Parts: sequence; structure tokens; C-alpha cells
Amino acid sequence: MTEDKKPYVKPLPVPNMESEPFWSALKEHRLQVQQCKSCSKHYFYPRSHCPFCYSGDVEWVGCSGKGKVHTFSVIRQNMAPGFREEAPYVVAMVELDEGGVQMMTNIVECEPGDVSIGMPVQVTFEDVTDEVTLPKFKPA
Amino acid sequence: MSPSSLYKQGAIVGAYEYPSRSMPDKTAVQVQAECLVKALDEAGLSLKDMDGLCSTRIPGMQPISFAEYLGVYPTYMEATQIGGSSFVLYLIRAMEAIAAGRARVVGIAYGSLPTTEGRRIGTGTRIGGAGGEVPVEYSFEEPWGLPLIGTYALCAQRHMHQYGTKPEQLAEVGVTMRRHAGLNPYAKYRDPIGVDDVLNSRLICDPLHLLDCCIISDGGGAVVVAHPDIARNAKTKPVWLLGSGEAAMHSSSGHRDFTVSAAAQSGPIAFKESGVSHQDVDFAMIYDAFSINVIMTLEDLGFCKKGEGGAFVEDGRIGLGGQLPVNPDGGGLSSCHPGMRGMFLLVEATRQLRGDFAGTDRQVPNAKVAAVHGIGGFYGTRHSGVTVILTSE
Repeated sequence: MTEDKKPYVKPLPVPNMESEPFWSALKEHRLQVQQCKSCSKHYFYPRSHCPFCYSGDVEWVGCSGKGKVHTFSVIRQNMAPGFREEAPYVVAMVELDEGGVQMMTNIVECEPGDVSIGMPVQVTFEDVTDEVTLPKFKPA
Repeated sequence: MSPSSLYKQGAIVGAYEYPSRSMPDKTAVQVQAECLVKALDEAGLSLKDMDGLCSTRIPGMQPISFAEYLGVYPTYMEATQIGGSSFVLYLIRAMEAIAAGRARVVGIAYGSLPTTEGRRIGTGTRIGGAGGEVPVEYSFEEPWGLPLIGTYALCAQRHMHQYGTKPEQLAEVGVTMRRHAGLNPYAKYRDPIGVDDVLNSRLICDPLHLLDCCIISDGGGAVVVAHPDIARNAKTKPVWLLGSGEAAMHSSSGHRDFTVSAAAQSGPIAFKESGVSHQDVDFAMIYDAFSINVIMTLEDLGFCKKGEGGAFVEDGRIGLGGQLPVNPDGGGLSSCHPGMRGMFLLVEATRQLRGDFAGTDRQVPNAKVAAVHGIGGFYGTRHSGVTVILTSE
């Protein structure tokens, strides 16, 4: 939690029945994604079936939180509230060690100019509100 | 040559682009209607001849609200919203409808006034639209603050990393479009620029500079598609559909190749159906939302190998007089971009194939075959691609 009590104005996730386990695990500072028990593929975002073989036999698997930057951009202009004041900041696709599955995130705790493709990163959990924790990544 | 089953089943008989890029004295639907009437008029047709109507995005229940404004009662309607490529899709749908006997004259129209309305495109939040519903996937994107331009930047960054594509090569696209815009009296920005101007313009979302990004302008346009019996008697030279393809590209469930766009699917389908080879193509109309689109689309459509798009756009190859002129009107990077540019790809392709600019430097000499590729949406997250191959013969 940030020390000041300024209201959080950035968009928040809207969990649904299929994605709720992802968001509730984050509240406990655990990162988990889904893996198909039939074809072994990891996939993201969460859903009730495997989008590769269409099996419904899927499970949640805990992640090490380790990965690398697959691609990224330093965002220098975003007029949306919350982001406008923060720019420049980094949005990246991080490739998790678990099956190379990609997820969007922010790279934090480093200068935007120090981020590069292939850079090893580690998850860090940011409790942005009492209800929501976001997974961000920092240099490993 | 064994073109599409839709070849000569319908023709583009009218094409019109609103000449101004700032219309503070008009409404968007008014611009859209004026463009449609002009496009019908040049073919010798009027609203009463039109039985099919396609439009999207203008506030209201489309295309019915637009039909109401015009005072018409279409028996064929299309308003599928897949972003800026929607109008290219409507061209295919119109040809299909005419071939199936469901319509005789189909109007496709667009008008949008972001300059006048002070609307930002590309640097605001991407959530929006009717009803305030939040799509499932947005929970995994919106919290991170990726604007539209950023989705294209993710592709550009990966392309540069994987294939060594240089900022100078991206810049070359904008430089070429500006040179073309200098030949178009209606283009919004016409003063020549160089590679250094692009590289010295401010970064918006790395690696994309301001001059790698399409402009924001007011604009409007329309095309009219008609049955061959009507095309034969029209005042204009008909333009025919040789082949077409559609594609949806998305996150691939967390396994996306960011260097490949939807054109890699729609392009081969369209080319195979058309029966023409890449050497037969006289010019291309490519939705240049950002410089990276042109480079990746040229690769994905097969004009060069994957990874060689950066080198392909160098040495004047995509300029007028080059091997494959791209966007002779100046494109979205310099001429006209009111939000969904697909319409203007069709208008310029039609006018070039008819030889409307004969005697000027803007005319592609002996233009007989055009490859047109529309993009809609957000390149690095989810987008549409629609390819059509058009001919005057």
C-alpha cells in the first residue's frame, strides 16, 4: 500500500467466475496461471477451457514469479488519469518461466531506459487497493 | 488467372473523399451523407437507386440511424465493427450481397470529426463504448496503462529486436508518406520531412516517435458498389474484386508472435483467390496507422520475407516511381486519419485504378492491380486484418 491516502484512479480488474482464482491468489501474494492437463500447455488469460486443445481438464499451477521481458514500450504519453502523472513508465509482455506463457505488466523498481528484451525479471506484488493486488515485475 | 467467384459479380462505381480535413461547420453524419451522395452522383446514381447501406461508429444504431438521417429504407444492411478495416470488410460483404441477388446498389460511408470535437485518438484509455461493459480481456491489460499507440509499439520493439529493424527504416515510411502528401492538395500535412525530422520528433511510446504515428484529422468518404448491369451504364470506369481475405489476431492465449499481424492470414487467402502474383501488383494501399504497420504488412502480405520489411521500405521502393508505391495519397501518416482509415484505402485504390490522376505525379502509371490491406484495432493485443485485391480490368 502506498503511504499516502490518495484514491487509486487507474483502471482496476473486474474479476469474473473464471478469473477469480487468479486475483484471489494475488491478494495472498501468489502468482498462478492455468495449465491444460490434457496437452500440458500453459495459457493466459484465465478461462474454463484450454484454448489449444479445447479440453476442460485444466488446473491452476503456482508460478516461480521468474520470467523475462518478451517485448515492452516506454509509455511517455497517456492522457488517462493516474498514468498521465506517472509517465514515463514501462508496459511489458513478460514471458513466465512456466511454459513461456506471456502476460502484460509493468516493469518497476528500475529506470525505464534500463529495460531491454530478454531481461530477467521477478514478480513483485503491489496492493493497489484493499481488494486488489497487481502483479508487477522488477529486474531479477 | 482464375480469380474469385465474386470477380465481375459487382463493381465499385463511385468513390469520394471529402476534400477538407477540418469541418467545424458540419456534423459527422452530415459529412458522411454528403460523401455518399457525391459517390452515387459520380456514377450517375442517387439515393433512390441505393438498396444496401453499410456504416459504423457514428453515434446511434447503425446503419439504421444513418438510414433514418438519409430518409432511405435499405433491404441490405451491414455494420460489423472490427475497427478501421470495417469498410474494407463491407466491400467484400457488398460484393457477396450483390452476387447473391440481395442488393443492386450498396453504399458504404464514413464521416468522423475528431479535430473539431477535440477527441484524442491513441493516447487515452481503451475502455469505452456503449453500455459501459468491460470485456473479459481488458482486466489483464487496462490496469497497466497501455494506450493504443503502445500496442503498436510492442510489435515494433520486438520486430527491431528480432530482425534488427532500425529506427531509420521506420522513419523512412513517414518520410515517403509525406512526400506523397505533397502531391495531394487536400492532404493535411504537405511540407517535406526527412529521416532526421522523424527521429528528432518526440518519442510517444518507444520506439515510436510522433512522426511514426498517424495524424488526427476530420474526414469523410464513401464508395458505391453496384451490380454489373448498373456498372455497365455508370458514368465511371468499374473497379472489380479479384480476391479477398479476412483475419483476426489476438493474444494467442499468451503465446503471441508480436512480429506477425493478421495480414499473414488474410493476405495469402486474398492472393490465392485472386490468381495474381505479387509482381502483378502495381501499387498497395496499406493502413499506415503507424510506421511499423507498413513494414510488417509488406512482409505478411508476402512482398518480402519476414524480417526484411525494414530494408524493403528503403531506397524509395515504396514511393511513387518505386517498385511498389504505397499510399500515393499520403496515407494516414500525412493526409487523412479521422480514426478509421479503411474507407480512404478503398477511395484512393479506386481512383488510381480508374486513372483519375492521369497527367499528374500522383498517378501510378498504368495502374491495373491494387493490393489493399485494412487494419482495425490494437496491433499488439487484438486486431483485424482485411485484404482485397482490386483491378480495373
